[in-house]
Amino acid sequence: MLAKRIIPCLDIRDGRVVKGTSFLGLREMGSPVELARAYEQQGADEIVILDVSATAEGRSSLRETVAQVSDALTIPLTAGGGIKSVEDAAALLRSGADKVAINTAAFRRPGLLAEIAARFGSQAVVAAVDVRRVGLRVEVFLSGGREPTGRDAVDWIREVHRRGAGEILLTSIDHDGQQGGYPLDLLQAATAAAACPVIASGGMGSVEDAVELFRRTDVSAALLASLLHEGRTTVGAIKRQLLREGVPVRWTA
Amino acid sequence: MKVAIMDLGLGNLRSLEAAFLRLGALPVPTADAVELERADLAVLPGVGAMAWASEALSRLGLDQAIFARAAVGRPVLGICLGMQLLFGEGSEGGHGLGLLGGTVPRLQAPRLPHMGWNQVHLRRSHPAFRRVADGEHFYFTHSYHVVPDATETVLATTDYAGGAFVAAVAQGGLLGVQFHPERSGDAGLRLLADILEVMVA
Repeated sequence: MLAKRIIPCLDIRDGRVVKGTSFLGLREMGSPVELARAYEQQGADEIVILDVSATAEGRSSLRETVAQVSDALTIPLTAGGGIKSVEDAAALLRSGADKVAINTAAFRRPGLLAEIAARFGSQAVVAAVDVRRVGLRVEVFLSGGREPTGRDAVDWIREVHRRGAGEILLTSIDHDGQQGGYPLDLLQAATAAAACPVIASGGMGSVEDAVELFRRTDVSAALLASLLHEGRTTVGAIKRQLLREGVPVRWTA
Repeated sequence: MKVAIMDLGLGNLRSLEAAFLRLGALPVPTADAVELERADLAVLPGVGAMAWASEALSRLGLDQAIFARAAVGRPVLGICLGMQLLFGEGSEGGHGLGLLGGTVPRLQAPRLPHMGWNQVHLRRSHPAFRRVADGEHFYFTHSYHVVPDATETVLATTDYAGGAFVAAVAQGGLLGVQFHPERSGDAGLRLLADILEVMVA
């Protein structure tokens, strides 16, 4: 049976792992290679690296970080942050990423997803979608949550799938780093809108939240950062609980 | 031990190189037909889209190198798309090498790609799989699958969306796996180690 995945996320700024709350107040958490290797040892199913550097200099070190982390891992690696062209994607894939995550650039130029998929296959293309509640609607935000678009979240998710994304990484900014549980209705709506795997990001505050997530929605994976970085739980502890609750996971002794 | 990894410029070969380096082999990404033909093991990696890959394969004359190896039973490992390229025509567009008879249709499933860790069920024994446990998890990421004409070439299958597809095939020196051993943790490294030991040595 296809296992539900637990994916630690490393937000990278200037080559170091950072983490904030609702994308703000970033604090330094450690070295990407050391954290990635530790999470693999705990039983992580994949690793995601997202570059949140504000500067071009910070961005240019992403390839080197991806290469170092990739060489240290025997599980898949996704990299994202600032990808604007097929060449940007190609450079990260060559550096050892198995998939690339595209966010703002896909919104500005949706054809980019299809261009990357045509060359590298849609399995290498992850559409990262950041959303936030605005009144009664959930809307897409760009540029690390700073820029509103007015576009309905589920509508955009439907479009990125149609345009070639092989996976969707959906982050609710309202829930990011808050550790208060997942927006289950939104996530289920996303899985219904896109016939590809959906990764839930932002909100896991306890192992029970993960159990609820996989019981009540059809998402394929949970991405998390704060809980692990703060040492409040481990990937292994989350998987043990999921297994007890009858959720299929990959188990490594 | 030299492992030539066919390099069509279509994505991540680094993880495959890293895996072979860990195992003490010498991985060489190459688009050179002679190098591909002469290496101890030739690997068709699982990156890129089929139409791009099959066009590049014939443009660079690498198909001839693989044919030459297959003709004398020298080992060729196909991973994911690389396994699909061992077969004939694929519905993804583009032609495979036709070394194995069969087709490469799209998976029938409500959610594609089939992505993530899934269990591999062994259907017959093969020395490369001697340390793989029945039901062990490997990492998959694909939307197409192989349907071999000769069922006796099937080594392993995997269940998805209410059906089963072929996860591994072998015939002579050809070994194909639909999953990515280089990204399948300890299980994948064990398999690659045994491929080097029993198929190449």
